[in-house]
Amino acid sequence: MASVQINLPLPVLPAGWTAEKDFKPIGHLSHATDRNIEPVGPHFLAHARRKRHKRTFSEDDRIQAQANVKKIEDDDEGEISEPEDPLMLQREAKDWKGQDHYAVLGITRYRWRATEDQIKRAHRKKVLKHHPDKKAAKGGTEDDQFFKCIQKATEVLLDPVKRRQFDSVDEAADVEPPSKSETKKGNFYKLWGKVFEAEGRFSNKQPVPKLGNEKSSQEDVENFYNFWYNFDSWRTFEYLDEDVPDDNENRDQKRHVERKNQNARRKKKTEDTARLRKLVDDCLALDERIKIFRQQANAQKNKRRLEKEAEQKRLAEEAAMAKEEEAKLQAEKEAAEKAERAEGKKAKEAAKNAAKKNKRVIRGAAKDANYFHGAGDAPAAQIDSALNDVDAIIAKLDNEEIAAITAKLNGAKGTDAIKQVFQDEVKRLIGAGKLKDGELKSLS
Amino acid sequence: MSAENDPAQRVAIGISFGNSYSSIGFTTGEGKAEVIANEDGDRQIPSILSYIEGEELHGGQAKSQFVRNAKNTVAYFRDFLGKEFKAIDASPCHESAHPIEKDSTIAFKVKDTAEDKVNEVTVSEITTRHLKRLRNSATYYLGKEVNSAVITVPTNFSDVQKEALNKAAKEAGIEVLQFINEPVAAVLAYDARPEAKLADKIIVVADLGGTRSDVAVVASRGGIYTILAALHDYEVTGLKLDQVLIDYFAKEFLKKHKSAGDPREDARGLAKLKLECESVKKALSIGTSANFSVESLVGGIDYTATINRTRYDLLGGKLFSAFSRLVLHAVEKAQLDPLDVTEVILAGGNAHTPKVASTITNAFPETTTVLAPSTTPTAINPSELPVRGAAIQASLIQEFELGDIEQSTHPMVTVTPHLSHAVGVLCISGDESTGVFHAIVDAETPLPVRRTAIIATPREGGDVLIKLAEGARHIKITKPEPKPKKEKAEDDEDDDDSDDDDSEEDEEEIREKTWKINNVLSEAAIRGVKKGGKVEVQINIGADLGVNAIYREVGGKGGVRGIIAGGKAANGSA
Ligand SMILES: Nc1ncnc2c1ncn2[C@@H]1O[C@H](COP(=O)(O)OP(=O)(O)OP(=O)(O)O)[C@@H](O)[C@H]1O
Ligand SMILES: [Mg+2]
Repeated sequence: MASVQINLPLPVLPAGWTAEKDFKPIGHLSHATDRNIEPVGPHFLAHARRKRHKRTFSEDDRIQAQANVKKIEDDDEGEISEPEDPLMLQREAKDWKGQDHYAVLGITRYRWRATEDQIKRAHRKKVLKHHPDKKAAKGGTEDDQFFKCIQKATEVLLDPVKRRQFDSVDEAADVEPPSKSETKKGNFYKLWGKVFEAEGRFSNKQPVPKLGNEKSSQEDVENFYNFWYNFDSWRTFEYLDEDVPDDNENRDQKRHVERKNQNARRKKKTEDTARLRKLVDDCLALDERIKIFRQQANAQKNKRRLEKEAEQKRLAEEAAMAKEEEAKLQAEKEAAEKAERAEGKKAKEAAKNAAKKNKRVIRGAAKDANYFHGAGDAPAAQIDSALNDVDAIIAKLDNEEIAAITAKLNGAKGTDAIKQVFQDEVKRLIGAGKLKDGELKSLS
Repeated sequence: MSAENDPAQRVAIGISFGNSYSSIGFTTGEGKAEVIANEDGDRQIPSILSYIEGEELHGGQAKSQFVRNAKNTVAYFRDFLGKEFKAIDASPCHESAHPIEKDSTIAFKVKDTAEDKVNEVTVSEITTRHLKRLRNSATYYLGKEVNSAVITVPTNFSDVQKEALNKAAKEAGIEVLQFINEPVAAVLAYDARPEAKLADKIIVVADLGGTRSDVAVVASRGGIYTILAALHDYEVTGLKLDQVLIDYFAKEFLKKHKSAGDPREDARGLAKLKLECESVKKALSIGTSANFSVESLVGGIDYTATINRTRYDLLGGKLFSAFSRLVLHAVEKAQLDPLDVTEVILAGGNAHTPKVASTITNAFPETTTVLAPSTTPTAINPSELPVRGAAIQASLIQEFELGDIEQSTHPMVTVTPHLSHAVGVLCISGDESTGVFHAIVDAETPLPVRRTAIIATPREGGDVLIKLAEGARHIKITKPEPKPKKEKAEDDEDDDDSDDDDSEEDEEEIREKTWKINNVLSEAAIRGVKKGGKVEVQINIGADLGVNAIYREVGGKGGVRGIIAGGKAANGSA
């Protein structure tokens, strides 16, 4: 064999791929199928040489070899054949419309399920058995009536259109719906399943959804009923037509029969549609799953409602609580503010009082320092300017500075020391640009 | 008898023995198969014997006796060999000697001697006489006493039937070297042509013969053939096609000669119709019209008419499509899809009919080659396929001792495990969902097997991953996008071809063959592949399902070798 040429590139080795000696076994090949190869052609000869080379096969091997080989031929004999009803064997070919074609071919266990292949093989088996030449050869009569029935059955069943016409009216393939009491015994799925399997043969759409069982999902069950309520059927009733007269003479009669047939077909079709609808209704009414689904749906709905209510309640409670909380916070805040305000007023008052007191001390200190006049009584002018200066200083000071200077003055003994405190203060104020040099008269 | 023991003394031919026709062939010194014409110049020799006043007529001469001497003419008997009376289908013999039951076998009542006495001649004896005549024709042609043959049989010919045929052949002085299956002989006939290339294929051999049609699906792997499925049908036949023409001409005749009576109801008239209709059918394989001409068809009236091919195509339409359905069923039975089929070999005489070939061509995708005279100019004559295959096989094995042949064709040798899935590599990506699987060994390849593949690498070369996996063939079906409806009002011109719209509506879905990764077997790396380099992968799979893989860069040094253990061993290889 020439080597296989593959033009698509191999994948790039993934980063970090490693394996011992660059090879990594992962899986195993699936099972092989034993088959007979054909002992034909030059390549087989080479195969045989290889296989037989220096080998002797034991008897056991030989018997074993064929045992598991996959079969390629169907054995016609293998299939069970159905017993032939003696009455059926006496049928006349001209009454072919009334014959059960599946029974004639011995395939009643398949009916509409029979494949083309099965029909052909059944036909062949019947031909082998009933061929008139064979009967003649056996000294029988040349009666070929049943043989003709066989040919007719095959003709009908191998023609897709004719087969559908026959299958449409093949009552033997119908499965009667079970009675209510039968279904009650817990056979609902088995019994009704068969009914729908049989009805499904008329469906244009294939595959037909199955009835399923108690474990089927709601979706499947819904699909099932939707399918059957919208059933698209190929069932036709022309097989039951009255024979149309063949002669050309009686055209009116012919047309009359044709019209009658058309009407009959339409009527039967309508009846069939109604029948099926009722069938589906009946099944649906008995279907426990529907009840269960409804209960589940109700339960679900209730659950949802309860949940919703609970949620609303919870939300309301939460809201109430939040409101309460807020109110509480507000109240606290107000109280705090009030307290603070009260506190502030007191402090201010106190500060004011203190400042008043301090100012008194400061002014007193100026008096103690003899209004900065040195020894002897200070003249009124001196007193005035000294008191003015002190007031000017006080005016420039805030409460804390007043307190500070008060403290210094309390510690200062003697006029000089007091004067010094004042002078220092003036200096500080000038330094801070709050006083101008020479603005004060007595303390410069 | 001496020849049986001495292969050196053998003169072997190939014989195809059908219910309707037989052929003889041999292989020339250059290894070319040739079909031998008998004394009448026929290469398709009717499998018919007829007795008249103690004289035995054979082939075409016997066939013409259908008209005057039907009772003493034996035809369509091959399938009766080795069968019980209750298991045979006697219908093709309706207009000639009828089969009867005789001592748990089948016989024909014929006056086969000069005496006026009816003898019961068994099917075995008839076969012997027929094979003798074939052997004589071959001997006469080759100038050497023919003493052995490879004979083709249908795939459902039972061991009992083969034994019966073997015995009848022996009586005729023919040592059967081997029975080979007709469809496989057809495949071999094609593969033995010098221009044939060895390739893995799925081949469908569809044989539309005279009394039956047979379909076989064959896997051809490295020149080894395995039948995957076979189907047979006894309703879709050449005789039925003849019948279609018989009915047509009978009706035409009746239109003209109302009072003459139906030629089908007259034994001779019917026999004449049959013979002429088969000729007309054959003529329509080459010409587009054919003449029908019978002297004294019924009531002394000569009747001539013509028919064109189209008419025949229509008349046979049901049978042609039934045949095509049969072929598709066989593919299905083999659990394959028409897309898996590489070629269809049309065999059997009716494969000459162009409509048969075109019907089959339409049933398969474009990727399938249909080998028939009307579709492929180089096709082998479909009537000669089995005999050519038999002649080639005869030349291949005539030097072997019979015991040797028996040993080699024993199930011990022929039963072989076959791969259930294709084995191949992932391309483009090592990821199973995005990588593209490419098969190296196909499914249904018999084990052991060795296959080599040469695989491209990424544009820049470098380190590559070789991921070996099992691939399951998958048919991807794409529904065509519904086309936006044409706006009629604006597009008046389109209105008149409204049937054009119809064809658009049921536009066919697109079916493609793709792969699904079934099972990853191993990973390997080849490092530093040079730019534009290729990697060679050799896979050896043993009968125990063990895999031995060798990877190397083409032209590079070294390589990687890996072994995958056989898992569970295949059956029967103790
Ligand atoms: N050129 C042709 N064109 C059309 N049909 C042909 C041609 N040649 C032969 N046939 C038909 O092919 C059929 C015979 O096919 P074939 O030679 O394969 O027969 P066979 O294998 O002996 O048949 P079987 O065993 O099925 O009876 C006949 O129906 C014959 O009319
Ligand atoms: Mg054949």
